[in-house]
Amino acid sequence: MERVPLEQKVLSENDRVAAKLREKFQAHGIFCLNLISSPGSGKTSLLERTLESFSPRERVAVLTGDIQTENDAIRLRRFHFPVKQITTGGTCHLDARMIEKHLADWRLEDIDLLLIENVGNLVCPSSYDLGETAKVVVLSVPEGEDKPLKYPSIFFKSDLLVLNKIDLLPYVPFDIHAAADNARRIHPGIEIVKVSCLNRSGLHEWLMWLEQKRRAAKVVHQAVS
Amino acid sequence: MHELGIASSVLQAVKTEAARHAGTRPSKVGIRIGELAAIDQDSLRFCFDAITRETEFESLQLEIELCPRRHRCCDCAHEFVVQDYNFRCPQCASLDTQCISGDELELAFLEVEEYGTCTAGTKSTE
Repeated sequence: MERVPLEQKVLSENDRVAAKLREKFQAHGIFCLNLISSPGSGKTSLLERTLESFSPRERVAVLTGDIQTENDAIRLRRFHFPVKQITTGGTCHLDARMIEKHLADWRLEDIDLLLIENVGNLVCPSSYDLGETAKVVVLSVPEGEDKPLKYPSIFFKSDLLVLNKIDLLPYVPFDIHAAADNARRIHPGIEIVKVSCLNRSGLHEWLMWLEQKRRAAKVVHQAVS
Repeated sequence: MHELGIASSVLQAVKTEAARHAGTRPSKVGIRIGELAAIDQDSLRFCFDAITRETEFESLQLEIELCPRRHRCCDCAHEFVVQDYNFRCPQCASLDTQCISGDELELAFLEVEEYGTCTAGTKSTE
């Protein structure tokens, strides 16, 4: 019997494609976000509020993932930015190959912000690198403040936590400080914004964060080119 | 739910590596899973058994090493296992510590046997 050391990532094929994508994004100065949450936390609503805040000249594009239906793409196309639906047909997460395939006929020169809405799922998407610049996790008030402890992986890997549906705080037992504390127990450096996509409170902080990161991606791009 | 995809990736890596070792068959594959990797090991074993059943890899064993979350202290460089989300350095009590491992999803090793060698559970020729 012989033991051969392997020492490679299980998802090395996905990681290889993701690294290629990341290189491309950097070369084009694209800030790419991978938006992750449970189903119904408000990823699409957050994207709607985000897209409607942009002037038509903004170089923004969206990929939105679901197991079935074009519903999200239809909602997001109203804002006249390029939007493509990725229907996975059963797979519970997006992977780097799907992103590569769906970007193939877009001119990356025309984009500096790529928003990817992952399939609604707090577990599986956290394992698949999409080449994104940052992961953002959305947690909504009705889900309960212990979600970060129950699903630590995605909170650990995300740069930002968007606490959504804060308009519901008067009506449901949700301790927003405990939610933030729980997220920081998993990931002490995680940034947090509190928003309501319904009454639009807090959206300014989210858009500021986005703008800041976008600018930073551009600075890196200009520094290397 | 994505454990089936993970199991398939493990098996694919086994096939690729096994092809480099002519005259042998893979008997055990070792992987490392961190507690932050969001992988359920029972589910992974179930999927692995399902995709190897009634194939040439039916007897391939899956060894899983679970890896705890580890931090390194930025002040005294002490490394420690984090329990119950307590990130404080047990040596100098600093709270300035950084995660250094715990999200592994890695292939560690592959054991191969020469064809004709007795497998586990039967009389060994060694």
